Parts: sequence; structure tokens; C-alpha cells
Amino acid sequence: MESTGLRVALRIWVALVLLFLFLPILLIVIYAFDPATVESWPIQGFTMHWFSVAWHDPQVRSAFLLSVKVGLLATGVALVLGSAVAYALYQFTFFGRDAISFLLVLPIALPGIVTGLALNSFFTFNSIRLSLWTIVVGHATFCIVMVFNNLIARLRRMPGSLAEASMDLGARGWQTQLYVTLPSVATALISGALLAFALSFDEVVVTVFTSGAQNTLPIWIFGQLRLGQQLPEVNAVVSIVIVLTIIPVLLAARIAGAGAVSRTARAAAVQDTGRI
Amino acid sequence: MTPNIADQRAAGGAWSKISAALWRRPWARASLLLTPPLAWFLVIYLAALVVLLITAFWETNSFTGNLERIWNLGNFGTIFSTPAYRSVILRTVGMAAGVTAVDGIIAFPFAYYMARVATRRTRTVLYVAILLPLWASYLAKVYAWQLVFTRAGVLNWSLGKIALGPLNLINTNWAVFIAFCYIWLPYMVIPVYAALDRVPASMIEASQDLGGKTWRTTRSVILPLALPGIVAGSIFTFSLTLGDYITPQLLGGTNSVFIGSVAYDSFLSNNIPLGAAMAIVPIAIMICYLLGARALGAFREL
Repeated sequence: MESTGLRVALRIWVALVLLFLFLPILLIVIYAFDPATVESWPIQGFTMHWFSVAWHDPQVRSAFLLSVKVGLLATGVALVLGSAVAYALYQFTFFGRDAISFLLVLPIALPGIVTGLALNSFFTFNSIRLSLWTIVVGHATFCIVMVFNNLIARLRRMPGSLAEASMDLGARGWQTQLYVTLPSVATALISGALLAFALSFDEVVVTVFTSGAQNTLPIWIFGQLRLGQQLPEVNAVVSIVIVLTIIPVLLAARIAGAGAVSRTARAAAVQDTGRI
Repeated sequence: MTPNIADQRAAGGAWSKISAALWRRPWARASLLLTPPLAWFLVIYLAALVVLLITAFWETNSFTGNLERIWNLGNFGTIFSTPAYRSVILRTVGMAAGVTAVDGIIAFPFAYYMARVATRRTRTVLYVAILLPLWASYLAKVYAWQLVFTRAGVLNWSLGKIALGPLNLINTNWAVFIAFCYIWLPYMVIPVYAALDRVPASMIEASQDLGGKTWRTTRSVILPLALPGIVAGSIFTFSLTLGDYITPQLLGGTNSVFIGSVAYDSFLSNNIPLGAAMAIVPIAIMICYLLGARALGAFREL
């Protein structure tokens, strides 16, 4: 239906947008191999030196370990709480159901500075010292929606006849859950967990307000960028982080389909928000 | 792996009793499932938002720096009577509106191509291509533009090649603007694509049968039907720009003070009440924005 001219124009537009999206990220990876200590374009040669520097930097190591620890703990909490809500909202219809799903998306729909400042004031108000656990609490709060969105979408697509058949064959309620429902939603749980981990691993806006003396990897990067220090090393670290956050997302897309990744992206959150 | 149900029934007497009891009482099951997550959200998250709201009405003793729990509107008074803060709010809203408009213009043809022109295979590839930058590290995306705009960076090198003078965008609001457009673009593309994808082909055919050319069909049929998606995307680009403080700090200059920056600086200088009041400003703006969009009927189709 579209004329040839329009199609060509659209194609050029799409190509330009793709270049716009990918060139800047690619640039960091290219700079990571630049032997020069002051960045200028074009790069001066090729070296793996900065990766080795990053690898042997104790600060980077401890920040990386903290990020992994926080990510795993937050994902664990999100898995338990997120799947509990998803099951409850799937199985029962009750007053205030929409309010609950609205509440769940609030932490990622509100600007990060709001969530961050709110959590910080809350911890100060209750005289809770900032530690690893306050970071986990903050991250878990916005990771729950990742697990929830993925799981409830899968549950809604699952035919009810499966559970009914299991009951007809004499399985108890918990047996049906354990042997029929759980295996068929397992991939949704895994992809939800992967996305939750990716989100936590990359988080900086809220973490600034919930971490005390500890540095997660994004906080370390932010600190270096702000001071403009050790930028070649930062290039190497950031390149690794890009790869590390994209792998879980690709895995999640593989396991549960590309739709799952976008559903859990914030886009779905706003559409839910609009509905209320 | 098939469980022997008879064995389990014999073995797990207590289990079965609990299971049966819960099965007979759906409400018990529902509350068992809902209590832990709801408690988490009420005790931590909602409580935190309430504390933030209350803190905004307290003040910091300017002499001792201690938090004084006296109710007053002083922080909001400071924000709205100080010209510097007023211009910060105006600058932030202007930036958010500009970013939203530009992202909408970039995203619509892209989403249109994905939904209506591309083959199934290309569509999947483009979808993943949009999702990857969405999930790539936020700091990396900001930092990438620092590398582009810096004095000896790619931009000036390219401009030099085509004999154009150096353009020092780093530490200006333009750098912040371009980076915002870049970072939030996927948040606009996805909902617009979802909306365009839902436009029934029969509507477009009907428009063409009635003599509507491509432009007329787009304007009178596709655009109104895609409006909910555009609004959903704009909520993101708008809200995320309103609350950001990291991008202006890394790319902006002395003039790049936004709502988020003021809130963050107040937090750093331990004037949390002022920061809290400043953080409430974007919430208030977003509520107005959502109500406005709702009044325009943007959510009716969602």
C-alpha cells in the first residue's frame, strides 16, 4: 500500500535510527582497546592492557562481587514475593486487585530519584544503617515487578484444563501446583529472574541513596566518571558490564520469547498505569 | 519422575490435611500468598513514600544541620519563591517536553516500518535491536555520549573531515538533550509499535477504499488509533527525564541544573527536607500530565 518512495524513505530512517542506537555503545568497546591514557579519536592502537588492569584492581573486584551478591539476593526476594503475588492475582478475583498491580509497577514508573530519596529518608527515619541489606531491599522492591509480569502473563496463557485434568486424575491441590503448574511456568520464572538480576546489576539511581560506604559496580563507575579518573580502565569495565547485562536479557528472550523481555520492560508498566 | 499418588497420600498425611484445608478456604490461600509481598510493599515502599512526603514538610536547622520535625511549608515556599529554583523547574519541564517530542518524531516512522512494512523476520530482528540498547547499562549509554562530544572526540573528528569547525557540545544542555533522547528512545518505540501493530488492517483498507491517500490515511486513521501508544511512550520519556540527575551531572555544564540535580545536591548537603520537597515536584507534574492525558481520552483504547 505504501508507495515505493515512502518505503525507501522509511528504510533509510530505520537504518539511521539503528546507527544512532548502536554506534555510541560500540564506541565504548572500541575505546576499551585503546592504549592511550587520554581518549581521543581515532584510537592509537590495540591493547588488552586495560582489561588486565581492571581485572587486577581490588576496588573493581570488590565492587563486582558486591553487585553480584546484591543481584542474587534481590532476585531471590523478587522470585518469592513476585510469584506469590502473581499466583494470588491469577487465581483470585477480589476488590483492589488492580490497585495491587499498580503498586507493584510504582517503583519503576516513578522517577528513580523519588524512590531513592524515599527509601533513604525511610532508613534514616527508622535509624537503619545503610548496608548491603538496604541496597538489597531497594533493588528487590523494583525487581518484584519483573518476576510478577513474566509469571502472570504465562499463567494467563496456560489453559485451565491442565490443572483440571490433574485434579480429575486424583492429584491434590499442592500436587497439581508442584507437578503440573510449576513445570509449565518454569521458563517464565527463569526469564523473570534473569531480567531481575540484569536490572539490579545495572542499577545506579536508587543505589546511590541506599548504599553506605559500599560500592556496587555501577556506583564505582559513576564515581570514576564524575571525577574523570582512570577512564581507560572504566572503558574496559563498562564494556564487560554491557556484555554481562545483555547476556541475561538475550537468555531471557531465548527462553521465553522476545515478548517476555519487553513485557517486563517499563513499557508495560506505563500501559498498566494508564489503565487504572 | 511421575509421583506415586497413593504413596504420597499415605506418607504425607499432615501435608494433605493442610492442603485440603487450604483448598476448602480460598480466602486463607489468597491471604497466605498475598501477605508477604503486600507487607513488603506497605511496610517498606509505601511507608518510605509517606516518610518522603512528611519530610518535605519538615526543615533542617540551618545552624546545627539537624532535622527538625516541625510542620511547615517552608521548603515549598523556598522552591517557588526562589527564581533560581523556578527556572530549574521550567528548564526541566522544557527539557522533558523537548525530549518527548523529538523521541516521538524519531520513533513513529521506525515503529510504523516495524508494524506495517517489515517482513515478519525483519520485525523480530528490529524488535531485538530496540530491546538490546534498552537493557544495556544506563551509565554506559551516558558515558558513550561523553566520548562522542568530548573535544578530541568522534564528533569533532568527523566535523574536521568535512571541514567544519569544532563543535564543543560537552558541558552544555545540548549534550544533555541528545543523551536523553538517546537513552529514552526505546521506551517510546515499544509502546508506539505495540499500538500500531493493533490497528486493524480492515480500517486502513476502508480508508483507502474511500479514496484516502497514504498521508490522509496516516493522519486520520492510523495516528488517532496509535495515540494511546504515543501517550504511553511519552509518559516514560517525560517522567524519566524529569527525575534524572546523573546525565546532567556527567554531560552538562554549570547551567545544567535540573529538578533531580537539586534534589540530589540537597541530599548530599544533608538538607533532606528540601530534597524531598523537590522530589515531590516531578510527582506532582506527572500526576497533572496523567490526568491531562486521561482527559484527552488517551487511555480509552488501552
